[in-house]
Amino acid sequence: MENFAYHTPASVADAAKFLEAHEDAKLMSGGMTLLPTLKQRLAAPTDLIDLAKVPDIKGVCRDGDELVIGAMTTHADVHENALVRELIPGLASLAGQIGDPAVRHRGTIGGSCANADPAADYPAGTVGLGATFVTNKRKIAADDFFVGLFETALEPSEIIVGVRFPIPVWSHYQKLRHPASGYAVVGVFVAQTKAGVRVAVTGAGPSAFRISAMEEALAKDFSAKAIENIKVDAGDLNNDIHASADYRAHVVTVLAKRAVAAKG
Amino acid sequence: MGQYGIGQPVRRKEDVRLLTGKGSYTDDVNFDGQVWAAFVRSPQAHAKILSIDTAAAKAAPGVVGVFTGTDLKADGVGTLITDVEFKDLAGNEMFRPKRDFMTIDRVRFVGEMVAVVLAETQAQAKAAAELVMVDYDALPAVGSTAFAASPDSPAIWEQHGSNVGVHWENRPEAEIEAHMAKAKTRVVVDIVNNRVVPNPMEPRCAVANWADGELTIYAPTQGGRRIQQGLAKTVMNLPADKVRVISADVGGGFGIRGKLYPELGVVSWATRKIGRPVKWRGDRSETFVSDYHGRDQINHAELGLDANGRVVALKVWTIVNCGAYFAENGPRLPINGGGRIIPGVYDIENFYFSVKPVLSNTVPTDTYRGAGRPEANFLMERLMDAAADATGLARDEIRRRNVIRQDQMPYRTQMGMLIDSGDFIGNMDMAMKAADWAGFEARRAESAKRGKLRGIGLSNFVEPSGGRPTEEMRIQVTPEGKAVVYAGTHSHGQGHETVWAQLIQTFLGIPFENVSLIQGDTKIMPKEAAGTFGSRSSWMGGVGLQRSAKRIVEKGTKIAANLMQAEPEKVSFDAGVFSAGTSSVTMAEVAKASYELKNLPDGVEPGLDESYFLKRDPEEFNYPNGTHVIEVEVDPDLGKIEMLNYIAVDDCGKVLNPFIVHGQVYGGVAQGIGQAMTEMTVYDDEGQLVTGSFMDYGMPRAHHLSMIDALFNEVACKTNDLGVKGAGEAGACGAPGAFVSAVCDALKDYGIRHIDMPLTPDRVWNTIQKAKAATAA
Repeated sequence: MENFAYHTPASVADAAKFLEAHEDAKLMSGGMTLLPTLKQRLAAPTDLIDLAKVPDIKGVCRDGDELVIGAMTTHADVHENALVRELIPGLASLAGQIGDPAVRHRGTIGGSCANADPAADYPAGTVGLGATFVTNKRKIAADDFFVGLFETALEPSEIIVGVRFPIPVWSHYQKLRHPASGYAVVGVFVAQTKAGVRVAVTGAGPSAFRISAMEEALAKDFSAKAIENIKVDAGDLNNDIHASADYRAHVVTVLAKRAVAAKG
Repeated sequence: MGQYGIGQPVRRKEDVRLLTGKGSYTDDVNFDGQVWAAFVRSPQAHAKILSIDTAAAKAAPGVVGVFTGTDLKADGVGTLITDVEFKDLAGNEMFRPKRDFMTIDRVRFVGEMVAVVLAETQAQAKAAAELVMVDYDALPAVGSTAFAASPDSPAIWEQHGSNVGVHWENRPEAEIEAHMAKAKTRVVVDIVNNRVVPNPMEPRCAVANWADGELTIYAPTQGGRRIQQGLAKTVMNLPADKVRVISADVGGGFGIRGKLYPELGVVSWATRKIGRPVKWRGDRSETFVSDYHGRDQINHAELGLDANGRVVALKVWTIVNCGAYFAENGPRLPINGGGRIIPGVYDIENFYFSVKPVLSNTVPTDTYRGAGRPEANFLMERLMDAAADATGLARDEIRRRNVIRQDQMPYRTQMGMLIDSGDFIGNMDMAMKAADWAGFEARRAESAKRGKLRGIGLSNFVEPSGGRPTEEMRIQVTPEGKAVVYAGTHSHGQGHETVWAQLIQTFLGIPFENVSLIQGDTKIMPKEAAGTFGSRSSWMGGVGLQRSAKRIVEKGTKIAANLMQAEPEKVSFDAGVFSAGTSSVTMAEVAKASYELKNLPDGVEPGLDESYFLKRDPEEFNYPNGTHVIEVEVDPDLGKIEMLNYIAVDDCGKVLNPFIVHGQVYGGVAQGIGQAMTEMTVYDDEGQLVTGSFMDYGMPRAHHLSMIDALFNEVACKTNDLGVKGAGEAGACGAPGAFVSAVCDALKDYGIRHIDMPLTPDRVWNTIQKAKAATAA
């Protein structure tokens, strides 16, 4: 690991100012991806801006029909939070399936989403629930947020403050864990929201995506049977030593069916 | 013998120290004025080194020196040890390439060292290592085992002209084909025994200090004596007593940590070169590309059976991928390590065996938990399942018809090993009963209702244990009556502090808590110390202690007789007390007296301190054996396997501490299941290690396993005084065969007979799809 200057700004505004002023500075939330990268000397930022001391961007609250989760809320806190469990149990379940206990007690929702790992769990949850990312500059719909492989719509000095989740009627997350890393080989989040059914997939492609054919079919008939013949195109999916694209395409449908069937 | 005697489930006395950060691992050692080493490692699998430019690195902050293989060579550093020699039937010797401690003009695997940077801090050393400019001229690489054995692969050692080191055979194939021809049924299996990356919890580390004409090096090893001798001879050009190797606490050995690695040679050379202590702490990435790997065989085998399902002949062809160089034991593993036990627990008279150790552009392979025996047992068990399938006999029945029976023991195998004892039928009965094998079909039907495919599998195994045939153990009884064990064995997780104390309490009556263990320091360990590997310590260390203790009692008897004014012949010893008639003295009193000249009878030297140098016939082993049964459920839509139940029946001979032996079983099983279920080592065609971190390499986690019910079918070994057999490698031998058998049983309706390990969801699902397509066609 190279040396770096370590900062703990007291506000999001201060953090943003610092980011603007230092080209090779990096924001840090839980550090679950960043720190191993530094230790392996794959990155060498001049400055680390740790958001741990910024007040008001951590925790869960209800705001009307939305659940608001601060960017610095850990996966363990989301998993255990009574409001999340009551209002969006599918999301609480998702958070409890991320990584391992050590990761869940350090990693945060903002950090995970900003990193946009193609196999991370939260992208499926945020896209699947039609969430909105609130940054220091604007609001970004989850549908527009995940742009590509490790790529988001965030601008260079833009910082996620929180994520607003419309409270769904019902939701559920199904995941096939990677045997080594615990990331999603495929994860499928299905939600019945006031705006309609949403089906979002992580792990299978370069970034989270929705399956409109399944959403339409489920809107008409919310049953596993309604989507059993809907398959995503393997040609667009990840293909690696752990899972072929064909396998992933198949698993997407299996997990989507299981998610729907979980409603009982 | 009370709660601390032999056979008691005594809690490990070392655990509090180790679990509260009070252990003394190599990384805990630091010297004033030390420099840090970082190695420049090859990113190329196979290339000529055209030049190495160290100028920028030498100019970097904090750098003390940058050295290459040329510098080591100039100082007379030799080559690494390959401790194996085999010939083919025509008498041609195995090709044995020389490996420099640091390569000079050629790299042959990703991760091979090409330079060392020494700097004031580790960060400076690592940063400067990135500045060493190596100009490589890439050559075609050989990444896969099958390709290495093919005549089409480029020879990575041109002078040999082939990647096959030797074609070893136990006898001409035609001799066995004559028997095979009489078989009513012939079954063939083709197996890939997957390469695994051992990954002890402690990454490798070394601290070397040259002072006063002597080298002291701290490093995690499994004993140290051989490494001391190797360093003295091949690197330092010194008498062995001028080299001191210290391995206090070690975080896992598994066979791979018993070796003289090139990094140890480089830091040893470097401390003398620069006159400062040198420390290297490898990271996990270096573990993946520089610790020796394990397994990596391709087996083709044929079994011939008569009309009664009795085996008439067996033929096995094995290719073992030894990596870029033959490591200390590399080619030995399939031949001496595993091959000698290949007929396993089965009575097979006619056996042909062919082994080709091959070289490739991969990390060298060497001993890893079981060292050839898991591979051998896995192969036999896959053959037995195939034989069951072909003959229509149940999987247990085909085994029952072929196992070596107790009335055949001692049983001389085809390869000359003498199995002294074991209850192979009893193992199966016990395991199948505990697993409720009889009630399985009802459970299968219940799973089917939930859309799951349930399977059950079993695996027999036997494995020669004992390792090298010599060991020395020493017991010193202090004037306070406490015992200090100076062990030639080395505990790096096995719990010797506990078990040796149990033995001392049993043999000498010295309380468990008053026994301490000194090990892992070549300066004070017994001269003939060998170390711990090959499941040898209970025998070689345990019996060594027993014999040392006997000498303590013999001498103590003379002193006690003198103290009690009795004839030595009238003195008896029991539970720490010497008695003669109505008089008695305790071991503590005798120990105290032994250091006082006035109490010593004529001709008795002061002190109570005895050693025993134990030698056994090098061809004599003990034979831990067992039957493991696994039940699984397969989710056919995902190809995902859930392990539901694990029954391990082990015959480890006389169990010295069931708590510790259970730990050995659990650990071995976890590593066996890891190989079978998650651990996939992938080299691509360019020789790049694709699975070089825990993000891609699947170490088994607790949630991959079910609970393990570890049972003993104890049959005392007849060839050692304690009746012990090894325990360390049993789990790794039993688990893979039972696991694959169970999964194939679950998938039998698809016509699936075998899936190569590891059985990842993707692989299982793809196998099901292929089987479905084949059925449809």
